[in-house]
Amino acid sequence: MAIDLDRCTACQACVVACQVENNVSPAGAEQWEEGRAISWLRLVPFQDGEHGTRPDLRLMPLPCMHCQRPPCTKVCPVKATQIDREGLVAQVYPRCIGCRYCTTACPYTVRHFNWTQPQWPRPMEQALSPDVSVRPTGVVEKCTFCHHRLQRAKDNARMEGRALREGDYVPACVETCPAEAMVFGDLDDPASAVTRLSQSPRAFRLLEDLGTEPKVIYLSKGESGGKV
Amino acid sequence: MERFEIGQDIRLLRPIERTGRAFWIFAGILMAIGLWGVFAWTTQLRRGLSVTGLNVPVYWGLYITNFVFFIGISHAGTLISAILRLSHAEWRRSITRAAEVITVLVLFFGMGCVILDLGRPDRVLNVLKSGNFTSPLLWDVLSVTMYLTASTIYLYLPLIPDIAILRDYIPRRRWFYRPLALGWTGAPGQQRVLNRAIAVMAVIVIPIAISVHTVVSWVFAMTVQPMWHSTIFGPYFVVGAIFSGIAAIIIAMAIIRKAYHLEEYLKPIHFNNLGILLLVMSLLWFYFTFAEFLTTYYGSEPAHMSIFLSKTEGKFSPLFWTMAVSCFVIPFLLLANNRTRRTIWGTVAASISVEIGMWLERFLIVVPSLSRPRLPLSAPSYSPSWVEWSLLAAFIAMFILLYAVFTKLFPIVSIWEVHEGREHSVNEVTARVQSYLPAMPEPVHE
Repeated sequence: MAIDLDRCTACQACVVACQVENNVSPAGAEQWEEGRAISWLRLVPFQDGEHGTRPDLRLMPLPCMHCQRPPCTKVCPVKATQIDREGLVAQVYPRCIGCRYCTTACPYTVRHFNWTQPQWPRPMEQALSPDVSVRPTGVVEKCTFCHHRLQRAKDNARMEGRALREGDYVPACVETCPAEAMVFGDLDDPASAVTRLSQSPRAFRLLEDLGTEPKVIYLSKGESGGKV
Repeated sequence: MERFEIGQDIRLLRPIERTGRAFWIFAGILMAIGLWGVFAWTTQLRRGLSVTGLNVPVYWGLYITNFVFFIGISHAGTLISAILRLSHAEWRRSITRAAEVITVLVLFFGMGCVILDLGRPDRVLNVLKSGNFTSPLLWDVLSVTMYLTASTIYLYLPLIPDIAILRDYIPRRRWFYRPLALGWTGAPGQQRVLNRAIAVMAVIVIPIAISVHTVVSWVFAMTVQPMWHSTIFGPYFVVGAIFSGIAAIIIAMAIIRKAYHLEEYLKPIHFNNLGILLLVMSLLWFYFTFAEFLTTYYGSEPAHMSIFLSKTEGKFSPLFWTMAVSCFVIPFLLLANNRTRRTIWGTVAASISVEIGMWLERFLIVVPSLSRPRLPLSAPSYSPSWVEWSLLAAFIAMFILLYAVFTKLFPIVSIWEVHEGREHSVNEVTARVQSYLPAMPEPVHE
């Protein structure tokens, strides 16, 4: 995934789309006060601007980085989080014991724990996505890059007897972004748009020096790229 | 079959034979605290971890702090007693048992803390079903289980001759002691095998004990989180564990001495000697803490410094400086001074201070590193809820209760080892000292 911060208007449409798509229950004021609101995708403030000028405070969308070398998967005692064949970091809800070692090991703090049973105000509970399971209390969850969409795209491609093509599948946040700041594709495909963007001089990865090799690439002009 | 001549040590059986009202009142209070803990736990089971004060990003709090603290205390026993046995420290004889019991009992509560912390305690067996060997938490499961097994055996072996004494001297509980005594008669052959087994276990238990707290530290050190990812964490935690362990022995001994009038067995010299060990550990603890913080400070990496400053001058600073005073300043002043160290109150006061300080140290390792994640996140600060405090109180109360029950079932001072010391060691030590020296004339045999 590539996120162009020069295009992003911080409208939070991606945040809402993610919440609805993945059956993340909307957090009430109480949960925000307790610091327990679950959001798979959140906006993080960062400073932008040349050295010596007055810095701008800007916001960047922060999904799971789906690291190539994820610090979370190796610490899970029960293999409930693993990197799958597509390179996505997946979470196995029925196996997770809720020890929250992965949440503490993740340097991006994008993993969330289900403190309570999720609840939806009426009639929202009738509008849940049938493709995504509702997570039980006591387990960890996180952004899946809308894995269920990938499953569906793969099924469709198989039925049509062809390989998966660019654009067959994008996560809900990418689909929603009105500023077209988010681009999704296969980083292993040298011809894909994300691969091209990842080679841009504006490209950087978050907390790159930790060696986690994130698969989310940010784009921003200026020398402040990457500084948070 | 000849009965062991217990002689003056018969008074060590008195707590087992007679239980006064004070004990029942004491046990009742502890039981009440324990039941309150059960209530707190059922509340948590019903409503999930939302009843704690935990949040995003402080995913770990009191439960993990207590886990590290209790596992630390467990180093009291077995490790200290094994070292004293192997080094033939003769003053060990009346204190080893009291120390070994601490280890075995407190390990259960250490493991219990991890269960409390799980979001899905019903799935805990997944650790066996689909264990992931790259996870330090799984290393913990393995080494703590091994330690519990080894230290239970190590507690039981030296208990066998004493159980046989109980079997012979307390007829109405014969049904209980007889099977546990394994037909012990005290024959020289049996004694030889037992001594050998104790010696072997003493050697085995030391590396296991060291591995246990090393692995506990690695749960933190193996992540990339600032002020957790440190190479000295293994030895630092082991030092802290032995430190808090010795303090626990001193406190336990002082209570036993007072409650069961064992002034003749637990003498000021025992407290003094343990006090010297505690002083050494206090200095070592200071050295490690100083090395860790100075290195972080000079490296000055922003992510690390933000945690560093939150400890030394930020919102955790009152706890941090209390820790520094109670882990180092107070014990150092009390124990470096002969006049206070040679008194029981001096070593006990130092030990209580150390326990408070070491609990704070564990808290200050777990919570501040999580409180300031690398990416900004607006979250309230962590303050533990009544459920978390209640469960800590209940665990401490139940530990004390089980310890007290042990003293009612088995002699808390090893009868046969004290007896052996009186009968044989005095001569043995004389012979040993003679063997060190060059110019001693051979004793003349007629």
